[in-house]
Amino acid sequence: MNNNKKVIEVTNLTRKFGKFTAVDSISFDVYEGEIFGFLGANGAGKTTAIKMLIGLLAPTSGKATVAGCDVYKQSEQIKKSIGYMSQKFSLYEDLTIAENISFYAGIYGLTDGQISEKTDLLLKKLNLENSRNELIKSLPLGWKQKLAFSVAIIHGPSIVFLDEPTGGVDPITRRQFWNLIYEAADNKKTIFVTTHYMDEAEYCDRVSIMVDGKIEALDSPTNLKSKYDSYTMNDVFIQLARKNQVQG
Amino acid sequence: MRTFANFILKEIYHITRDWRSLLVLICIPVIQLFLFGYAIRTELNEAEIGIIDRSKDYITQEITNKLISSGYFKLNAYVENEKQIEHLFKNGTVKEVIIFEPHFATKLEKEGKASVMLIADASNPNIATLVTSYTSSIIRTYQLELNSKSIKANTIIIPEVKMLFNPELKSVFMFVPGLIALILMLVSALMTSITITREKEMGSMEVLLVSPLKPQMIVIGKVVPYVVISFFNSMTVLALSILIFRIPFEGSFLLFTLESILFIITALSLGILISTIANSQLVAMIMSLGGLLMPSVLLSGFIYPVENMPLILQWLSYLIPAKWFLIILKGIMLKGLGIEHLWKETLILMGMAIFFLAVSTRKLKIRLE
Repeated sequence: MNNNKKVIEVTNLTRKFGKFTAVDSISFDVYEGEIFGFLGANGAGKTTAIKMLIGLLAPTSGKATVAGCDVYKQSEQIKKSIGYMSQKFSLYEDLTIAENISFYAGIYGLTDGQISEKTDLLLKKLNLENSRNELIKSLPLGWKQKLAFSVAIIHGPSIVFLDEPTGGVDPITRRQFWNLIYEAADNKKTIFVTTHYMDEAEYCDRVSIMVDGKIEALDSPTNLKSKYDSYTMNDVFIQLARKNQVQG
Repeated sequence: MRTFANFILKEIYHITRDWRSLLVLICIPVIQLFLFGYAIRTELNEAEIGIIDRSKDYITQEITNKLISSGYFKLNAYVENEKQIEHLFKNGTVKEVIIFEPHFATKLEKEGKASVMLIADASNPNIATLVTSYTSSIIRTYQLELNSKSIKANTIIIPEVKMLFNPELKSVFMFVPGLIALILMLVSALMTSITITREKEMGSMEVLLVSPLKPQMIVIGKVVPYVVISFFNSMTVLALSILIFRIPFEGSFLLFTLESILFIITALSLGILISTIANSQLVAMIMSLGGLLMPSVLLSGFIYPVENMPLILQWLSYLIPAKWFLIILKGIMLKGLGIEHLWKETLILMGMAIFFLAVSTRKLKIRLE
């Protein structure tokens, strides 16, 4: 990530629902090829922030660009250059592996030739060549998650948004999943990931920690740990969340 | 366009993989048709009767023959005395007992009148009314025949009731148009609202919305297969009712098709509207069944005539798309009416379609962006 090209720029981004401010004037930049961890307790505003960046929700105020496009006016362009995997599982259970791949590749406008080429490549990489015509529901959760990630980047997006991608998965599969993320980052893809697991936060290049709609800390895991005099990201997180509770 | 075809293909996979639901979807209309056609009848068909004939002359014999040859009645037994009547009714085999007084023919010839008593099992009031009115109507007809034959003309005027368009008062004629409306409503509104909320529930809707697909495209893609299914269903019901129930089809088939498409669009927009409000399949189902189907069945005039309802319900019925569609269908099928007579109802339906379509696409945008 020795690269200073900003791919996401956010300035004072705010979203209100009635009187409640879900995201309160947050500002940050994400650089190309970076793995950016977006942390926060439930209800801290992570999902709202992601939704604004990927064009599912209009911001109340503030500025944001994703891949050089404005989130207010150019959400259609943004959609073409990002991949997204949500915390709820998104492959279709009653479709086979191959059908899921060609469906998602198809809605991003890939041609038949590209689709079959990508499908072969992807199945080979995940060692699923023999399961191509099996229904998704017959796969273990870990495999589904890996497949969902591969499908989310099948159209070659420059930025990938992952909203709690590893929820409910065992540690070994999580580790394998992160290998896929690293590989994508090596290919110059920017990864924007939210997670509940603090050990995963350590895998990120930089993390931001959101508390009550605001970004309380943003730095590399190493810097954050030394700043808050902690051994683990878990301690950093608890300190920040507690500090805010005492204030409140 | 390729993207769109891809989307439809995926929807077809969903539908065909779940072959149980597909079977239900295709069979339900047929089952309903046979249920409404055979089980729920408001006309008489070989109702069993008992006769106490104390006269046993040629006139009572002729009346009995007339009753039985009408096809509405079947002679269960000649009963000897009145004590047996209660027993017969309790068994439930006999719906009505007819008693001719002694010396029936002679009385009729000499005094100009004779009496016949009709006793009906009124534990089912509807059938009792039907049975007695059919019987008295047959006797009245016979009386007319006698009068015309006799030398001295009888001056009693008996009103002749003639049933137009459905001369045999076959209830299946009334049910088929209603059934078509109901099926279109069921499949179009219920199934689309369920299939769209399923994507929401699974979280795949978000992924679709983040893709370059336009929200309208997603909805249209999901809805098209169900339009095809519901149209297929209405054609099956129509074909079966013409072939098996001999329901007449007087009007233009083209007009029927166009009006059906108009109604399908109305039902679909209602389904989409529901799916923008409901967040789970269960809620969508309850809303479509309770909010759309029940009013459509009860207030459209499908089973119960709207004219007999309290004024408030009559006003409410004007808001039910199925009511207008039913008027149009009955007009086309039974009366052979063309658009020149049905333009008012068509216009109302069209207005509703445009209104619901506008509201649902607006709602869709608010929800998604």
